[in-house]
Amino acid sequence: MKQIRKITKMRLFLPIFSMVLVMAINMIYDVANGNVFYNFFTISIRNGLLYGRLIDILNRGSEAAILAIGMTLVVSSSAGVDISVGSVMSLAGGMCCMLLAGFGNANVSQYAMPLWVGLLAGLAVACLCGAFNGFLVSYLNIQPMVATLILFSAGRAIGLLMCNSTIVYIREPSFQFLGGYLGPIPTPIIVAILCITVMSLILKYTALGMYVQSVGINAKAARIAGYQSRRIIFTTFVICGLLAGIAGLVATSRIYSADTNNIGLNFELDAILAVALGGNSLGGGKFRLSGSIIGAYTIQAITTTLYALGVSSAQAPVFKAVIVILIVTIQSPAVKAVMAKRAAAKEVAARKGAVGV
Amino acid sequence: MKTSPLAGNTHRRMNNNTVLIMITIALFVIMYAAGCIAYSEKGFDHLQTFLNILINNSGLICIACGMTCVMLTGGIDVSVGALIAMDCMFIAVGIEYWGVSSPILMLLVLLIGVAFGLLQGFCVGYLGIQPFIVTIAGMFFARGMTAVICTQQVTIKSDPFFVGLANLKFNMPFEIGAYFNNKGKEMIPYFRLPVIIALVVLVAIFLVLRYTRFGRSLYAVGGNQQSAALMGLDVKKVRMKAYVLSSFLCSIGGICYCLNTMAGTTTQATGLEMDAIASSVIGGTLLTGGVGNVIGSFFGVLINGTISSLVKTNGKLISSWANVVSAMLLCFFIVLQAVFAKIKERSKG
Amino acid sequence: MEDKVVLTMRGITMTFPGVKALDHVDFTLRKGEIHALMGENGAGKSTLIKCLTGVHDFEFGEIRVDGIEEPIRNHSTMDAQRRGISTVYQEVNLCPNLSVAENLFIGREPLTKAHTIDRKAIVKRAQKLAEEFELNLDVQQTMGSYSLALQQMIAIARAVDMDCKILILDEPTSSLDDNEVSKLFTLMRRLRDQGVGIIFVTHFLEQVYEVCDRITVLRNGQLVGEYPVTALPRVKLIAAMMGKDIDDLAKIKPEACENRCGDMLIDAKGLGHTGKIKPFDLNIRQGEVVGLTGLLGSGRSELARVIYGADRPQTGTLKVKDKPAHVARPIDAMKLGMGMLPDDRKAEGIIDDLSIRENIILAMQAQQGMLKLIPYKEQCEIADKYIALLDIKTASRETPLKQLSGGNQQKVIIARWLATNPDFLILDEPTRGIDIGTKTEIQKLIIKLAEEGKSILFISSEIEEMLRTCNRLAVLRDGEKVGELSGDMTQESVMHAIAGGEKG
Repeated sequence: MKQIRKITKMRLFLPIFSMVLVMAINMIYDVANGNVFYNFFTISIRNGLLYGRLIDILNRGSEAAILAIGMTLVVSSSAGVDISVGSVMSLAGGMCCMLLAGFGNANVSQYAMPLWVGLLAGLAVACLCGAFNGFLVSYLNIQPMVATLILFSAGRAIGLLMCNSTIVYIREPSFQFLGGYLGPIPTPIIVAILCITVMSLILKYTALGMYVQSVGINAKAARIAGYQSRRIIFTTFVICGLLAGIAGLVATSRIYSADTNNIGLNFELDAILAVALGGNSLGGGKFRLSGSIIGAYTIQAITTTLYALGVSSAQAPVFKAVIVILIVTIQSPAVKAVMAKRAAAKEVAARKGAVGV
Repeated sequence: MKTSPLAGNTHRRMNNNTVLIMITIALFVIMYAAGCIAYSEKGFDHLQTFLNILINNSGLICIACGMTCVMLTGGIDVSVGALIAMDCMFIAVGIEYWGVSSPILMLLVLLIGVAFGLLQGFCVGYLGIQPFIVTIAGMFFARGMTAVICTQQVTIKSDPFFVGLANLKFNMPFEIGAYFNNKGKEMIPYFRLPVIIALVVLVAIFLVLRYTRFGRSLYAVGGNQQSAALMGLDVKKVRMKAYVLSSFLCSIGGICYCLNTMAGTTTQATGLEMDAIASSVIGGTLLTGGVGNVIGSFFGVLINGTISSLVKTNGKLISSWANVVSAMLLCFFIVLQAVFAKIKERSKG
Repeated sequence: MEDKVVLTMRGITMTFPGVKALDHVDFTLRKGEIHALMGENGAGKSTLIKCLTGVHDFEFGEIRVDGIEEPIRNHSTMDAQRRGISTVYQEVNLCPNLSVAENLFIGREPLTKAHTIDRKAIVKRAQKLAEEFELNLDVQQTMGSYSLALQQMIAIARAVDMDCKILILDEPTSSLDDNEVSKLFTLMRRLRDQGVGIIFVTHFLEQVYEVCDRITVLRNGQLVGEYPVTALPRVKLIAAMMGKDIDDLAKIKPEACENRCGDMLIDAKGLGHTGKIKPFDLNIRQGEVVGLTGLLGSGRSELARVIYGADRPQTGTLKVKDKPAHVARPIDAMKLGMGMLPDDRKAEGIIDDLSIRENIILAMQAQQGMLKLIPYKEQCEIADKYIALLDIKTASRETPLKQLSGGNQQKVIIARWLATNPDFLILDEPTRGIDIGTKTEIQKLIIKLAEEGKSILFISSEIEEMLRTCNRLAVLRDGEKVGELSGDMTQESVMHAIAGGEKG
């Protein structure tokens, strides 16, 4: 019993357990369908490109993983969530395509401006959105989910206006590289790995992690020790915006167009879910980036599994909703209080037993 | 009676919240008037325009009332749009595929609303989970269930009672606002059943908030949860009831919405929750809770509707402009509330 | 029940994990009496009140209220209110967004025959109440627009309107100015004359002597005594509250400052923060240990916080090493070589989910900035150094701080500041809640640091401690610095200084 307790208390228990569970379901499903049990894991090369269910999950989960990085920091420092990330993705993509196509054009096969200008502009717009959110939260003390509500509603609309209300197609082949393949490996996977690596290095070689966690756990104590929560929270929102921009560019490049209505749709929930599934508390504080990353890919795996099981993309949200509720219920103060009471009662009983009352 | 050194201000000072509502009403009047002036040749100044706004937003009015109640307690409910879509699909499929009569379906929809609200309310009130997380899960659940019920669009045509209700036209009494169109025919402005439902809901909630203990307890819990508890209110129950009320009103709104659209689709009412939140905030409801008024929210809905109407009448602007303007207004009011709050805190020093 | 007595509490005992908060405490309240309940931190005042009002479920003891046959046990504040026991808290428990009239009647609004709220009746009854209490205000105005003082009176009015026989005022005067306090006292006297029994929990000496009839003193969870105000001179009250230390620590006497102290390090003139600490002058030389003494609530922590920038100074000037300094935030102070150990370590000290190592290097890291991370190896060395130096009992330096005992947590926070090698260190109640062995270590540490040339501002409720370590004592009372002591100080002379006044 104690061994099991020890394992469940490990920080990464939840994400790893969930991932294992999903893989197990897949394996059972494969066997039931007459395939080999390791079918889920097979990777092959077709036309010089990597192919397989696992690759598919890693590929499609790239955006979620990138978003999860930023969301983890925001949740940790401010105990709130940034629901604008999906819209910011769309806005970044829209800005990029609008510049590359030249305003007003909907279908081009040549760049109106150098590629790097478009990409940079997309990222810049995303950072600006992050700064906007950060300003509202840290300097005007508005709750994070309310502050990000504004861009959530407006982001897509602004993107649509920029693209003159149409879907802008960029048919220049080099534009697809972010969403295409680098050698045999899908580029999004590389972009995601790059972002994860950079953030991990930053967390390892700078004090960002300590700054964010201190402010998230006890902002008052951190203040006495010289930390300024305003600046830190602002910074996390800007980082989150930047990462949303990167994810947006990847998503746009995949479909080589700016479909502002659909890019990033519902991604905010996936990002929040990834953070929660990663064992991080949605109430802020200590975080484990690896947990969120595993969580992001697990959710993608869940989505893919659901599709394989015949659940349509419109119906999948039901399952995600149930999972969210289960996780937050376990994390909720009421349940924690009940557990604490049980633990305390056990301790009292043990003490009484030892004393021999 | 000596005048004590602690004498408070005997004139009722116009506090910040009244200022906010005044701004809202003024904004609506200005916008509508501007529209009448600018687009008079397109018929914007006919009474029918106003009535159309009411007709098209009757569902939103119901939801906004519910949203105001929830926001009064300091919470938020983002599941309302999805719930409406689910209700519409339920009614549509119920009539077309399951052959159930519409009165029963409407009753079931109300019950579903109550059950949905109980679940969300329990999670927020008794389990202490953040309202946003609970209701966003609720939103995804309802959206998904809409697709589970049916993935295609279903048009309602088989139930004569429902179709009859939807087609009901009420002419303006005493033919107020009648005009002659360019063919010389006399046009009397009309409105439909959902408008009556929405206005009844509006008045009812107004009375509840002002004249019942439950209504006042919403304000108390939102104002200071600890104080409310110390004064003997059952805070958990009050918060739960707020969500039950919200989902119940949302279901009524769903019926109105369905009477308008006569169809069930999976993408219906997307973003409606944001409109409801925006309407409430613009109408003077504080996001932090404790302050709010359904009359203000009603005007918030009217402002929203006016913006859409203006954009549509213009004809040249893309509908996205309406979203952008609404979002800008929302931003303006959120920042205004925050600035007022900061000024208050500074003065307490 | 004895005539004229409205409340008796006998033998109340309450234990929390690890600490006996109340040990067979008795308390008696008479009708028409203003009774002060006093004691330092950890004395048990708030626990006693919470046992009475139903927040805590006490283990042993008996509470009897006049008019009720059986001994009572409240399970919630509503229970208590129904039995005529009302509490008005320091943070007024009313809703700022509702009007005065509504606040008076929340939860018990008068209803019309149609079961709707009778708004006219509410306004009428509220106006009547306001007149009774001589409050000149518009009952339909929102609560939030009135001053804290008025809000408190309204809270009291609500309690009285609910037929309370026992009114508990929990530190009501902490945020009031003198005018408002006198108005509150007039109201209290009126209520007393009407037969209400009032329990007045406070730290303010002068106020106790101004308005109270009896005083009950608690210390370390035990009853020290109950005294009529006229029979208890100030010094005796202080002695009862602070007590004589029963420890037999070696007599450590600090070396006289003239031989050792250097130049002026901190020179504060007229620093103050409205509502927290009246403008004060204080200077501290290098290598000097200055103590701040006075009752809890007298402004000791507030004074220290204003110097450190934890509370922004609203008046006055500060010079550090003879150069004018602008300290608006803690990081400003840290850059000038200051450090502060706050008195409430749970709220402002420990970052409980982080490890001991991270907590120790926390302040050092803030000084270096976000981009210059202290290398892991160096972090471990520093952590190990202080774990050994302060004898912090832990299995590993990676243990989350929340798993340590209170005393060890305190040592970690001390280590945090020592690691920054400050010129000036503020220690606010560093030995509170710590075992006797550690207390000695900390006191020795203070002297050692002073010998190394560091300046210390030492705040403690135990006078003996300060006498052992300080060169000079600044005395505070009721939110202002009233004097200084130096040279040959004794516990008597300090208590006299704290008590002040001519009455005894």
